Amino acid sequence: MTLVTATKRSAQRTPRAAGGPDRPLRDRGAWFLVLPALIPILALSVGPLLYGILLAFTDSQSGRTQPTRWIGGLNFRDLLHDTLFWESFRIGLVWAVGVTVPQFLLALGLALLLGQDLRLRWLARALAIIPWAMPEVVVGIMWRLVYNPDTGVLTETLHDLGLGGGHDWLGGLGTALPAVIVVGVWAGMPQTTVALLAGLQNTPRELHEAAAVDGAGAWRRFRTVTWPALRPVALAITALNLIWNFNSFALVYVLTGGGPGGRTRLPMLFAYEEAFRYGQFGYAAAMGCVMVAVISVLLALFLVGRLRGGDDA
Amino acid sequence: MRTSTTARAGQYAALLAYLAFLAFPFLWLVSTAFKSPRELGSPHPAWIPRHPTLDNFRQAFDAQPLLHAALNSLLAAAGAAVVAVVIATPLAYVMARRRTALTRAATGWVVVSQAFPLVLVIIPLFLVLKNLRLIDSLAGLTLVYVVWALPFALWMLAGYVRAVPAEVEEAAAVDGAGRARTLFSVVAPLLAPGIVATGLFAFVTAWNEFFFALVLLKTPEKQTLPVVLTHFIGAEGVADLGPLAAAAFLATLPSLVVFAVVQRRITGGMLTGAVKD
Repeated sequence: MTLVTATKRSAQRTPRAAGGPDRPLRDRGAWFLVLPALIPILALSVGPLLYGILLAFTDSQSGRTQPTRWIGGLNFRDLLHDTLFWESFRIGLVWAVGVTVPQFLLALGLALLLGQDLRLRWLARALAIIPWAMPEVVVGIMWRLVYNPDTGVLTETLHDLGLGGGHDWLGGLGTALPAVIVVGVWAGMPQTTVALLAGLQNTPRELHEAAAVDGAGAWRRFRTVTWPALRPVALAITALNLIWNFNSFALVYVLTGGGPGGRTRLPMLFAYEEAFRYGQFGYAAAMGCVMVAVISVLLALFLVGRLRGGDDA
Repeated sequence: MRTSTTARAGQYAALLAYLAFLAFPFLWLVSTAFKSPRELGSPHPAWIPRHPTLDNFRQAFDAQPLLHAALNSLLAAAGAAVVAVVIATPLAYVMARRRTALTRAATGWVVVSQAFPLVLVIIPLFLVLKNLRLIDSLAGLTLVYVVWALPFALWMLAGYVRAVPAEVEEAAAVDGAGRARTLFSVVAPLLAPGIVATGLFAFVTAWNEFFFALVLLKTPEKQTLPVVLTHFIGAEGVADLGPLAAAAFLATLPSLVVFAVVQRRITGGMLTGAVKD
């Protein structure tokens, strides 16, 4: 289908563009431009992805001598009854939403502030680079130092404020997930802020001023002028953040390793252990497939719902 | 636009809160890195080390092969950045200048590749690399980083190409320059700043990467910096805090420096990349 429409389109374009830099891809030169990137993409990205989906239907294991066999949907049937996996999945959703929503709100606030004519703006811009540029492993190590129950700055500050003594934030059953979520918010804020700042540049300034002259308050101006212009960017970055956060690994791996008692075991950590600690390649691949499927459905619902909501507003 | 004094004060208070939130973990890391073991053991830690010391750095280098790990990281990241940019630029050019089934498929791949969980990629990749005898090798890891950097590199570079007016190329063609000459001596120089920025960004991403390195490298001498950093944390989660902080601080410096240089350009590139023709 797409191929047919594509040919049609290029056929329409050819006469106009002949001789210009818009010549069709048929000429050999273009293939030399495309192939160096295309081959690695096919061999090391598209290929493995399809291979991975196939693996989900096999009993593939690491280091086994017997040949791998097709087992149909058996992995998925096992997965359906794997309460540990679904618990991990639930934690993954809590984490993804728990990080993405505050991340968005905080980033929106910061982006709006940076749009104002304030001093120290440059400092905020410079500081925002730190979480973005840092290796995730270092972010994890750094927050371990902050959360450290004996010598961490958090315990000490709370103590100074008279809000109780030492607490093992990352080791406590109740506090581990919230503590990890705070780190996730911190780590992802800059990208979101930058994306929203870019979106804010789309807002029509004159309209803003006109609304102010008409006596519209700040909140009203935001709702009627800023938000409509910002919406596409906001939706896109939120959707991406949801996916990225749901699939994140290194941060929590370093912070808690999935503990205590699996309270922060995100689906990626679960699948990683299944594949590379227990060697269950086929089963772990099935988990990956389920993760993609569920996230795609949720995301589609989210985007459809948001777009509808926009029509009503 | 006039803003009332209270509103201004509120804005500054909010901005200061943001600054504190963004900065304090990093400041704490730096502070910890320069503290003596005695001060680290004190139940009331201070923000500014009372007796700043470089002991932690020395100990960090003694405890783990940091220099060697940094060299491994450097090789993998620099190799991946150079190769990624060299192969991505031509494809990005074609993606920006034409619309065919192929370029649309490439754009689709850029988007879809963001959505897939790494588990689904890493297991088959592990098996493929094993067959190629590229497991537990820096070359294999570099190859993975190349492909991993491509979506973003293509996105950025296509944006930069779109910013070069097609008329420039037409003019060169009119002057009798061949296709290859137009690309190399007319388009490439105009793209150079964008190419450098994209390459540096790819470098930082690969330098920071952890998951692939964790799975693909087993021999300690071949491991990259992020993997080696996790060795500072013992099995029980107990760590020697001073050297850990010192090593983590050092590992971040290259990323911070490079990022500070390219950040503005990357932000701009993300915008132009997002603009559809």
